[in-house]
Amino acid sequence: MKLRIKYTKTGVLRFIGHLDVMRLFQKAIRRAKLSVSYSKGFSPHQVISFAAPMPLGMTSEGEYFDGEFDEITSTDDMMHRLNETLPDGVRVLDIVLLPENAKPAMSVVTASDYIIYKNDESDMNQIDVLLPFVQSLTDQNEVFVMKKTKSTEAMADIKPFIYDLKGCENKSSYIDYKGNAIYMMLASGSQDNLKPELVVTALCDLAGIQYNRYDYMVHRLETYMGEKDKFRSLCEIGEQF
Amino acid sequence: MSKLALPERVLMNIEKPARYIGNEVNIVNKDLSDIDIRIAMCFPDIYEIGMSYLGIQILYDMFNRREDTYCERVYSPWPDLDRVMREENIPLFSLETQSPIHNFDILAITIQYEMCYTNILQVIDLSNIPIWAKDRTKDDPIVIGGGPCTVNPEPIAGFFDIFYIGEGETSYDALLDLYKQYKFSDITRDDFLHEAAKIPGLYVPSLYDVIYCEDGTIKQVRPIYEDIPCKIKRQVVTDFEHAPYPMKPIIPYVRATQDRVVLEIMRGCIRGCRFCQAGMIYRPTRQKPVKMLKEYARKMLDNTGYEEISLSSLSSSDYEDLDTLLDYLIQLKDTDHVNVSLPSLRIDAFSLDVMSKVQDIKKSSLTFAAEAGTQRLRNVINKGITEENILQGSHDAFLGGWDKVKLYFMLGLPTETDEDLYGIAELAEKISEVYFDTIPKEKRNGRVMITASASYFVPKPFTPFQWAPMILPEEFTRRAYYVKDSFMQQRNKKSLKFTYHDAGISILEGVLARGDRKLSAAIYDVYQNGGIFDAWTEYFDMKRYEDAFSRNGIDVMFYAARERNIDEVLPWDHIDTGVTKAHLVKEWENAKHGIITKNCREKCTGCGCALYGGGVCFETKN
Repeated sequence: MKLRIKYTKTGVLRFIGHLDVMRLFQKAIRRAKLSVSYSKGFSPHQVISFAAPMPLGMTSEGEYFDGEFDEITSTDDMMHRLNETLPDGVRVLDIVLLPENAKPAMSVVTASDYIIYKNDESDMNQIDVLLPFVQSLTDQNEVFVMKKTKSTEAMADIKPFIYDLKGCENKSSYIDYKGNAIYMMLASGSQDNLKPELVVTALCDLAGIQYNRYDYMVHRLETYMGEKDKFRSLCEIGEQF
Repeated sequence: MSKLALPERVLMNIEKPARYIGNEVNIVNKDLSDIDIRIAMCFPDIYEIGMSYLGIQILYDMFNRREDTYCERVYSPWPDLDRVMREENIPLFSLETQSPIHNFDILAITIQYEMCYTNILQVIDLSNIPIWAKDRTKDDPIVIGGGPCTVNPEPIAGFFDIFYIGEGETSYDALLDLYKQYKFSDITRDDFLHEAAKIPGLYVPSLYDVIYCEDGTIKQVRPIYEDIPCKIKRQVVTDFEHAPYPMKPIIPYVRATQDRVVLEIMRGCIRGCRFCQAGMIYRPTRQKPVKMLKEYARKMLDNTGYEEISLSSLSSSDYEDLDTLLDYLIQLKDTDHVNVSLPSLRIDAFSLDVMSKVQDIKKSSLTFAAEAGTQRLRNVINKGITEENILQGSHDAFLGGWDKVKLYFMLGLPTETDEDLYGIAELAEKISEVYFDTIPKEKRNGRVMITASASYFVPKPFTPFQWAPMILPEEFTRRAYYVKDSFMQQRNKKSLKFTYHDAGISILEGVLARGDRKLSAAIYDVYQNGGIFDAWTEYFDMKRYEDAFSRNGIDVMFYAARERNIDEVLPWDHIDTGVTKAHLVKEWENAKHGIITKNCREKCTGCGCALYGGGVCFETKN
């Protein structure tokens, strides 16, 4: 049986790398005594796979992984058992049973949305400086920023990958901040991918200020599948049990 | 804990920030307002190494069982963070509460190898504690050292207030009770240390004067007070079965070197190899009952979620119920997907059978710690393995499907000649011949590979070789080349491989291991000139040591390469590890004559450790 598990990664655990999160769950699943399936062969491993790897330093309340299980109980029971043994900062929020033909989480991600807010440790409140430029960036047809990859550096138009951008009205219960914040929904996944930092950089360019990574905190709200205007969270394809 | 000691911009610019954030699964949290004694337990190396060390997990568990005490952990910051901490004056902090080490009562440092000495200074210095013990006041934490290197603590005596000699399970309660009196009264630091020196196993180096002869050797080490012992006796847990053992070890987020459950099955070794310090300083050999170990294994796997378990001991093949224990673990492999990582076992039919069940034969290799190339030299070092054992073991292994064999040797052992060196190549050649004789052509998959590797023998205190000269690096290199050439002369040379270790670090280990108090100044000099992480080849700089030695009058010949007379007062003679000097002298003589000494189970040789009143010395079957 294939399950999809939604979890958070918040607080100081934002400094734990993607591979470490995978290892954390592998151990937590065993401590929780869930009947995860193992691969065949000489050194069997748990059949689990993670959706999008998260960059170090980012927090999230919308992370996912898929797991194959030999036996399942109920959404509530399995969530409870995992949350009993997981460290603060990682909470399981939902577990759903996937249809047999569901594609792996990793391959279906198309978008994510984020809250950008002020880093406590920064003396500058740049969010308030950037907010007035949110509308003008939205109105532009093209938004060119310097996009760096491992080998190249080139100006690229990121506008097609910005699905929504506005002042943030709702607070998240997983992060604690004072003052204003910016909300954005961006392309994510293996097809098109846009990092929130690049949008903030574009806003800084418009505002005529220097982008400094440590002025901001980035929190992911949700990871989505499907097409533009019909985005669904990754768990919507399955059902609680 | 949500506030970290390091700001975001620092954490995001260093390698693996998860090393420094604490908050791991199974850590102990306590309310500081209920706590009288705060202990910072330190392994002076990088987090991944320190977290793999069982001893700290045992002591962490033990200290935290006391309600008035809160033990936290601290490791060496890697050079990238070290630099930032110095630039920005960030004090070294504990992982649990992320608070400055200077706020603690006790900084307890485990000392596992000589090349971490500069890291000890790094930890003390970054904690804003005066590096020299004599400069500390009642406002500073008490700095305590423990672990195997403290059997000769003299080279680092100047940096420590107290050394705890031996196993931590016995005397710490007495020390902590005494510390509480000191902390909540106007007792001076000096008076506290004086009282501490009366507790069994505690060595306060500042209370012992060292008087030297004109030739630089030691004339006498004497206590400055009459009411403290002349000799400090190593502490041993006699009731090993009931010694505390952590059922909920801390699970690191970053992958530690030892990323598995570690089950200590036995402490000490019955073998008595003459080069091996561990075999001498952990006597007597004590075992845990197999029933208890099975229960421990189960509980620890449940509490951690690890998918792998390994056994810890100096010689697991000598654990008496090994077959029962391994049967149980192999069963766990099938039912619970637990991998069993085997310690080095003596190769025989039993161990090959076990290995074939838990390892992928095609990927794994067999290891023989032959240590020396000829039977003569193996007798000198009392290594109870014969050529016949090795060839028979190889034969069985080849039949079982293995085709890779590893051999470990040491170069520079006392009495070693070129004949012994040639013997290394000959032994490798004979093993390859066994392969070709055993496995018919049509059944050979690819090529058999016999890999011999040689390290540089370092004589250690409290071994029968503590008087032996260490060969100099040039001679080590000559011998290594000689062995390499010998390999080229073998018929099956294409199936044989020889590698050897770098000589630089070993000769320093030789100086530090048998050094005296004069070395403290040189170690301080190396540290002041930027030396940290000297156990890491990428940070180790030989020149820093050479310069520091010449500035401080340290002669490598005197400390490492000189044969000591048995009448000489050795820098560590005032430490009593239980093994008597008379026994070591006798063993040194036996070595020179190639006389084998039986192991503790075959026959008691009266090493002195029976006085502890436990372990193998009192097993009824002898």
